[in-house]
Amino acid sequence: MNARLDLRNIVLAALLTALALLPVYAALTHNLFLLTLFTRIVILALAAVSLNLILGFGGMMSFGHAVYLGIGGYAVGILAFEHINSGFVQWPVALAASALFALVIGALSLRTRGVYFIMITLAFAQMAYYVVAGLARYGGDDGLTIQKRSQFFAPLNLTDKTQFYYVCLVLLFASLYLVWRLVNSRFGLVIQGARSNDTRMRAIGFPTYRYRLVCFVIAGTLCGLAGALLANHTDFVSPAMMYWTRSGDLIIMVVLGGMGSVAGPVFGAVALLVLEEALSGITEYWQIILGPLLLLVVLFARGGIDGLLASLSLRLKIMAKVRA
Amino acid sequence: MTLFIEQCLNGVQFGLLLFLLAAGLTLVFGIMDLVNLAHGSLYMVGAYFAATFAAWTGSFVLGAVLALAATLLVGMAVEVVVMRRLYGRDHLDHVLGTFGLILFFDELVRLVWGPEGLSLPLPWWLNTSVTVLPGFDYSAYKFSIIVVSLAVAVSLYLLVMRTRIGMLIRAGASNREMAGALGVNIKLLFTLVFGLGAALAGLAGLMQAPILTVQIGMGENIIILAFVITVIGGIGSIRGAFIAALFVGVVDTLGRSYLPDLMRVMLSPNAAATAGPALSSMLIYLLMAVVLVVKPEGLFSASSK
Repeated sequence: MNARLDLRNIVLAALLTALALLPVYAALTHNLFLLTLFTRIVILALAAVSLNLILGFGGMMSFGHAVYLGIGGYAVGILAFEHINSGFVQWPVALAASALFALVIGALSLRTRGVYFIMITLAFAQMAYYVVAGLARYGGDDGLTIQKRSQFFAPLNLTDKTQFYYVCLVLLFASLYLVWRLVNSRFGLVIQGARSNDTRMRAIGFPTYRYRLVCFVIAGTLCGLAGALLANHTDFVSPAMMYWTRSGDLIIMVVLGGMGSVAGPVFGAVALLVLEEALSGITEYWQIILGPLLLLVVLFARGGIDGLLASLSLRLKIMAKVRA
Repeated sequence: MTLFIEQCLNGVQFGLLLFLLAAGLTLVFGIMDLVNLAHGSLYMVGAYFAATFAAWTGSFVLGAVLALAATLLVGMAVEVVVMRRLYGRDHLDHVLGTFGLILFFDELVRLVWGPEGLSLPLPWWLNTSVTVLPGFDYSAYKFSIIVVSLAVAVSLYLLVMRTRIGMLIRAGASNREMAGALGVNIKLLFTLVFGLGAALAGLAGLMQAPILTVQIGMGENIIILAFVITVIGGIGSIRGAFIAALFVGVVDTLGRSYLPDLMRVMLSPNAAATAGPALSSMLIYLLMAVVLVVKPEGLFSASSK
């Protein structure tokens, strides 16, 4: 729990500092594209951090996590469509709707295990996808354009790209702090205990089902927040936000970054989206490189980026000891 | 009434097609304990091969046979290069690794065949209708899909339950190490099983090809349906997959054609226009959720036997 000055933390601190200073660089170089790209990266990192809470720490392999991106996004989109533009209404509604959805599907899904859990979370996400695609009033399949971003008090203006970026970044930092506090609390230890051995945890008297459900709801709510941000970022919501391949993208971010490490998903989101951007600059057929790359990560780098950093820092430490 | 019979037959046809996909999935699932999302890619590859080979040879049947052989080879190659390394890993690794494979296959197909879809025209002798009952005609092609799929289902059952190789497959499924210790070449067996699953997916793809267009991403939608079927039927159970596939096919087809009308009777036209299509699309997912909540291991779980 103590923050040590090792390679992992140095790289993490460097990344977070770079994220914080990015708008300055973008303003100096007039690179608006960079700012837009990184706003997206920060928002999806927030979604990945929330998924990691259940996937990495809770061992709950949800394959429908993008559904909350859609629910949070549609809460904002639908309210904006009905001319309710206040962020003080939109965002709490987005969070509450996501939490409620997570509570219902969590209560049903957590009765199953393993592959069945993967599939039932997927099924619920697909159901939500089809419900939204059927909302003719709100654009149906084609999605819904948001005319006005969420309105907050006077100086805060989400249409300002720099301000919006910082809002997203602050929320990302806050959620990282929340997850970090959570996994190191008694609650977090019960969740991780249930991941390793659920039967044993129940035998020593923890009602693990309830703990896991609460964890599932917290993760869903956080991801709903990311959805509200994403809707404001793109000024558009569509059912594609919650298609199953989007849930797959989120899982990739978590595993690429390193499961079960609080900041891992941030590494993963940055790495995946920057890689996508870079590869698509090289060739139109960039997925032909990305796909096998993912396979290689699965086969040879289980801990993801965070795991690589950890083993690297261990090696450095041993080398230092050998020298001394 | 004839319309209703036709819709039922359409449902059976769709269900049998789904069974071909789900059978491969559940075999690989049950025997190698592997979640293979890329099964839909093999379905797509089968359809692309069929369209290409049929155009080359000028014969639908010859094209289909060549496509089946080619998909079998692709499947075996994928098993040797990738899947073999994923056995024994946890399911998250399977999901992620095979997700990477989907990206790869989609892009490879785009590279080879281009972004536009292909079409696979039917030969004249399938592009007619047959008289199933007096006064009731049905598309000859859809009817032949039913016949072919049923024949495949029966031979699959016979292969697994009545032949030596089927016995080895079942032995490998129930205890991999023990079967290996008794001298069964497990590696080769698994490659064959995976190839068989791939060929079944390819068959489903090439049979679906003349009805829909052959396009990139065609596997992504249907693979989720195939997963729903494996889960409803119970993972690893071919019999369960068969029953669940027929059930899902019929429920989905009838739901799509009759639910909007039914809703119109009960709700205001406006609400029905919104709820009808949405509800009929989610019907099977609802079905699966109910099955899993009531029987968390599926209807015919192979492991609970």
